[in-house]
Amino acid sequence: MAHVAFTANLQRHVACPPMEAAGSTLRKVLDAVFAANPRVRGYVLDDQGELRKHMVIFIDGRQVADRRGLSDVVEPDADVYVMQALSGG
Amino acid sequence: MSDRILVSTRKGLFVVARGDNEWSIESTSFLGDNVSLSMHDPRDGALYAALDHGHFGVKMHRSDDGGATWSEIGTPAFPEKPDDDESDKNPWKMMSVWALEPGGPGQPGQIWMGTIPGGLFVTHDRGDSWELVRSLWDRDERKTWFGGGSDEPGIHSIAVDRRNEQRVVLGISCGGVWVTEDGGETWACRADGMRAEYLPPDMQGEPNLQDPHCIVQCRDQPERWWCQHHNGIFVSNDDCASWQEIEEANPSVFGFAVSVHPENADTAWFVPAIKDERRIPVDGKVVVGRTRDGGKTFDVLRSGLPQEHAYDITFRHALDVDAAGTRLAFGSTTGSLWVTEDQGDSWQTVSEHLPPVYAVRFVG
Repeated sequence: MAHVAFTANLQRHVACPPMEAAGSTLRKVLDAVFAANPRVRGYVLDDQGELRKHMVIFIDGRQVADRRGLSDVVEPDADVYVMQALSGG
Repeated sequence: MSDRILVSTRKGLFVVARGDNEWSIESTSFLGDNVSLSMHDPRDGALYAALDHGHFGVKMHRSDDGGATWSEIGTPAFPEKPDDDESDKNPWKMMSVWALEPGGPGQPGQIWMGTIPGGLFVTHDRGDSWELVRSLWDRDERKTWFGGGSDEPGIHSIAVDRRNEQRVVLGISCGGVWVTEDGGETWACRADGMRAEYLPPDMQGEPNLQDPHCIVQCRDQPERWWCQHHNGIFVSNDDCASWQEIEEANPSVFGFAVSVHPENADTAWFVPAIKDERRIPVDGKVVVGRTRDGGKTFDVLRSGLPQEHAYDITFRHALDVDAAGTRLAFGSTTGSLWVTEDQGDSWQTVSEHLPPVYAVRFVG
């Protein structure tokens, strides 16, 4: 199970405590997160299911590479951080 | 007359109310958050606020207790964009809420929403769920709309006709004026007579490429319309079938906002600026332009407004007139807010220190 944590700035708008989620890719991990907490999806992904322009996700210290397909591999026990990108100001 | 104003700003929603003698901020909501637009629904008293969180996207909120508490409601979303449509360069992503308008008295719970990048949405359940109006979005002309004031095209003006709530008029930057007579089943472009200097000479009259900044309908003379256009001021006296240009107005024909007197369509107000390249008030003086003869002449109203080194610009939703046609309010990009109780002859400063003001709307 991956360990998923969210920026505190997001928690100001929607409750999203750290959680464990299963999946071999980022898309699968996030789908598990959104199944448990549906409101979070619209804050992280846009209308087309892509990572929002000014959001960034780190997987074991690596910045997500596939922002559209979210196909990045997630190892069991990985740490996944959902953050704001500084590009958003 | 209205005693209360919703002021949507870059850093929160402010309710401004009239006391015994003067106007002041009564309450705040969403402090620190970007409120692009708000709406009061006269049918049930509900308030709606459109938030643009930047990083986290657009979110809608509703209050049923006058703004004391708010709940997040449904967020409109575009459907998946087809991979095979190379002709559509515009994104299918919600970027900003740019218009909110209640449906007619016989349409409880129905609200129209205009967005950047140009999608029209409608709800029938007070915003719990929204649907994209595909009859407009799927038209080939929509794919030729382009950004004006924003990188992408947007629907900023929505007027639901009081004579027939199935008739809805839209103002689009840059996509002209679009009208439905059947509640959104079918649409037609109605911008004949508008002129776009920013296009090549043989394209300047193209209705679907016009940049109306704001369009308003006179409540009691509903066949008469005013438009503050990128190129100047236009009027329609035949229900948008044709538009005529007002070629001269003091001190400038450029601006973003327009309000029309609810009873007398000959009276309208503008907040003029130097056009295009500079976008500052003429001579650094904030003034309001008022016509009382259908645009033949304009009064320049300045009593109570800053007349030295003032660089306030008023965007398209930041001027409003109350239902009696007596009180007006306008806000600016530099955080000023002014109110008049005598049709603009004199103005009272409510604040000079608000966040950038996006929208000003009287309640009731």
